[in-house]
Amino acid sequence: MLKFSLFKRKKISGRDAGSEIGLGILIFEHTSEVIQAEKLLRSEGWDIKVMGPPPEIQTGCDLVIRFPLIEQLNILRLLEGSGIQPLRTVPVTGPLLKPVDLFQVKDFGDFLMVRAANMKLTIEKKTQRIVNISGGGCPDVPFLAYEMVGKTLSESPRPLDIGHTLCGYALGLAFEEMQKQCSQL
Amino acid sequence: MLAVVGTAPDLSLDLTLGRVTLEGGNIVISGCSIPVNRGTPALIGAAFQTLTVFGKTEITGFLAGDTGLGQGSRKIYHHLVHESLLPDIQTLVFHYLQPDVDWHNRILFRIDDMENRPVLIADAGFMYAAKMSGQARSYDLFTPDAGELAFLADETAPHPFYTRGFILHTDNKVPDLVQRAYDHGNAARYLLVKGARDYIMDGTGLLSFVDGPSAEAMEAIGGTGDTLTGIVSALIQTGMKIPEAAHTAARINRLAGFNAAPTPATQILDIIAQIPKAAETVLKEGN
Repeated sequence: MLKFSLFKRKKISGRDAGSEIGLGILIFEHTSEVIQAEKLLRSEGWDIKVMGPPPEIQTGCDLVIRFPLIEQLNILRLLEGSGIQPLRTVPVTGPLLKPVDLFQVKDFGDFLMVRAANMKLTIEKKTQRIVNISGGGCPDVPFLAYEMVGKTLSESPRPLDIGHTLCGYALGLAFEEMQKQCSQL
Repeated sequence: MLAVVGTAPDLSLDLTLGRVTLEGGNIVISGCSIPVNRGTPALIGAAFQTLTVFGKTEITGFLAGDTGLGQGSRKIYHHLVHESLLPDIQTLVFHYLQPDVDWHNRILFRIDDMENRPVLIADAGFMYAAKMSGQARSYDLFTPDAGELAFLADETAPHPFYTRGFILHTDNKVPDLVQRAYDHGNAARYLLVKGARDYIMDGTGLLSFVDGPSAEAMEAIGGTGDTLTGIVSALIQTGMKIPEAAHTAARINRLAGFNAAPTPATQILDIIAQIPKAAETVLKEGN
């Protein structure tokens, strides 16, 4: 058990696109399953990373989870036990795309806007109420806006819990960054 | 006829085809009433409002409910590939749809088979699929914002989420990114790039730009890009050439926004309500 625990927490950070030997990717049908799997694996201490798929398996709106191949059985067992079944796992054979990790923050005076990739989230500073969501092009963006606009950051559902696409994932990052920004107001 | 293909965030909306009207704050199609807040209903609302100025409001919708898992998008894709397209579509707009390269390519083949190929416009998810498929040049107009332009300019990115930082950087000039997009074959025949300044460009370079009136809050308001795409689609449908339609649409969208006295909390319906008056003003003034 101790060995298992140590393995689980073995850091793989610091690897870059050129040193991905020994890594694999978990491929899921929907981005929402990636989000669920990421949450589960992180909560269990696995050091995994959400990345873009290699060109040969891209369909247009994809995320994959990069993991240490040596841990494949343990990771699959955990996922299957939680009802999150990847379509397949494959070894990493080339550089993977990295998600956008730049945030842009714009201060409108009474309002604050955070942009992550193509998604923008705006709140009223005084109430921390979400007043607008803009950008994006996947079909969950209007759905997320419907569910979130008018609610405060604490009342609002988290995009990473109810979103299904890369735009939803980007909005989730903007939401988390907005929470950080608001904690400093 | 102007046809708009897209989704609405309501899973009770099955594949629905037919003439779309705007009634109050809702679009109505085949008896279904869908709130206009953003996305494809906002595009249709803006197109409808623009066409009212010309006294003709015929818009055909191909809509289905989709909240991001792609169910509604696939129903629409299946219909477009396997059922007959209406023969009298002159302008065809693809909007909030789940990006899927395989379905995108099958639809493009289907359009290529049409006797009279319509003017093809893509925005949002279908523009992402068009770029990723390598078929961007098959389109007549894309309407990206600055972030989406960076995605078009990044030949390796399959979605704006993967745009590389050095391209996404705000110091990059729009004309440079447009040139990069054309160099890699990732742009439509014309681009209308929406932002603090709206650029109308093609493969030869800058055709025109619009930077007033200016309301900074517009950037935060969800749906302002949808309304711009709706307005330009409507103008093209009236017979206006694409560069002129894009320039005029940018002016109308800006004026409608400005007249709504926007704050970052303004909702898109307030701007859509201003479109007929703004369109009349801009059309009267001319370009």
